[in-house]
Amino acid sequence: MEKAKIVENVAFNIIKQAVIYIPDDVKQALKKAYAEETSETGKTQLNAILNNIELAEKHKAPVCQDTGTIIFYIKAGTQAKNLEKVEGALINATRRATKEVPLRPNAVDPFAQRNSGDNTGRFIPFVNWEIVLGDSIELTVMTKGGGSENVCVTGMLVPGQGITGLKKFVVDTVINAGAKPCPPTIIGVAIGGGADISMKLAKKTLLKPLNEPNPDSEIAKLEKEILEAANMTGIGPMGLGGKTTVLGVHVDYAFRHPASFPASVAFNCWASRRASARINADETVEYLTRKMEM
Amino acid sequence: MVVYKLQTPISEADIRKLKVNDMLYITGTMVTARDQAHQRALEYFRQGKPLPINLEGLAVFHCGPVMSKQGDKWVAVAAGPTTSTRMDIFEDEFVKNFKVRVVIGKGGMGKRTTDAMAKYGAVYGAFTGGAAILAAKAIKSVLRVEWFDLGMPEAMWIFEVEEFGPLTVAIDSHENNLFTDVAKNVEANKQRIYQKLGISQ
Ligand code: SF4
Repeated sequence: MEKAKIVENVAFNIIKQAVIYIPDDVKQALKKAYAEETSETGKTQLNAILNNIELAEKHKAPVCQDTGTIIFYIKAGTQAKNLEKVEGALINATRRATKEVPLRPNAVDPFAQRNSGDNTGRFIPFVNWEIVLGDSIELTVMTKGGGSENVCVTGMLVPGQGITGLKKFVVDTVINAGAKPCPPTIIGVAIGGGADISMKLAKKTLLKPLNEPNPDSEIAKLEKEILEAANMTGIGPMGLGGKTTVLGVHVDYAFRHPASFPASVAFNCWASRRASARINADETVEYLTRKMEM
Repeated sequence: MVVYKLQTPISEADIRKLKVNDMLYITGTMVTARDQAHQRALEYFRQGKPLPINLEGLAVFHCGPVMSKQGDKWVAVAAGPTTSTRMDIFEDEFVKNFKVRVVIGKGGMGKRTTDAMAKYGAVYGAFTGGAAILAAKAIKSVLRVEWFDLGMPEAMWIFEVEEFGPLTVAIDSHENNLFTDVAKNVEANKQRIYQKLGISQ
């Protein structure tokens, strides 16, 4: 098959997988939260979420009506062929998925206030490129809901307040977000680099499975500390009270300018949607998040 | 927590039994309305024009559903709640003029709506955000669509629902607002968290 067509098919499949099937690690975390939640109302909400996830799988329907903004992360092998065709294939896959899955059209021209109707438009779907050694292409899609996107925040903290200042910033951000991002959420925190870099890193951590703490034990400790703090707020599932506000925290960083301490907090709702696949040079495809069964 | 199953049209007496944190399932007629449908309904009222459906005793759902037309019938594909705070500027008048008994959405509503619900007898039922399939499966049939010129999400969809829920009563008709209670609790917890993390203000 022609390379562009393979990329298009694989991209279509991972979009479809992402919007229908919540990844296992998130499902496990939700089940654990359900078992441990002490608020009756909170438990009711978690139960409704779990039922909804099951129904979506059974009916092969998108798990939430907001199927999000389509964002791709591509790892392009230095020896991979036809890379120039990838972007066009991703756009085609997005259009097809909008019609066939179907997805809600979520791409609006901010000046004309007009919805393109097919989830594409200037810079959308957004494609993040990374060059890696090898001859394969790895595609990852994140479909990012609006409710959780609306509470993402970048702040320029005071360097002298260090990590304590960061902790306060994250706790305040979680509290301000309240019920809006459909808690329980997953949060990505990143510092350093610059305003844009910290948010890019924070958002990218949302692709990591929940059971993968940062390999640096100091950072893993911080992740745990922030998680515990967030769950002490009492916001609870859907902001109706309870001890499950956040399912997991990922932290990443870049070195910072001596005068700056940029920090970003990115939120994903419980409907955390991501899926990856690798296209090898011999055109075989490996689905990395979930086996293909469609 | 008490679990209630109510059938529309719901009487004021029945709605006044509900307390914050109770759980509610609704069977009967439910109407979707987002910003624009609220606005148009209130305009109609001001002009003395009747609404396409008498809302007395019914449930209003803050929802912009994904619908699909199969043959000549509409089917709800996904119908999760949208954020209710946007409707805060309309809801008090809406409850007062049309006597809806249940307002359904996510994220909660403010003081104006809470006061109107106490005065005229209505509750706010929080439906789990994002649980679009759960909602769609409780929609047994689409009776009709009104004001379709507003677009699919903003139109007024009239659904026949069966045991639609679980809805958490988050505002009752006795001036209790669960979201306000949670916010107070969170504010108190914040100080404990700051202490634990060694944050001085
Ligand atoms: S925040 Fe997430 S779960 Fe909630 S409505 Fe938006 S996409 Fe769906």
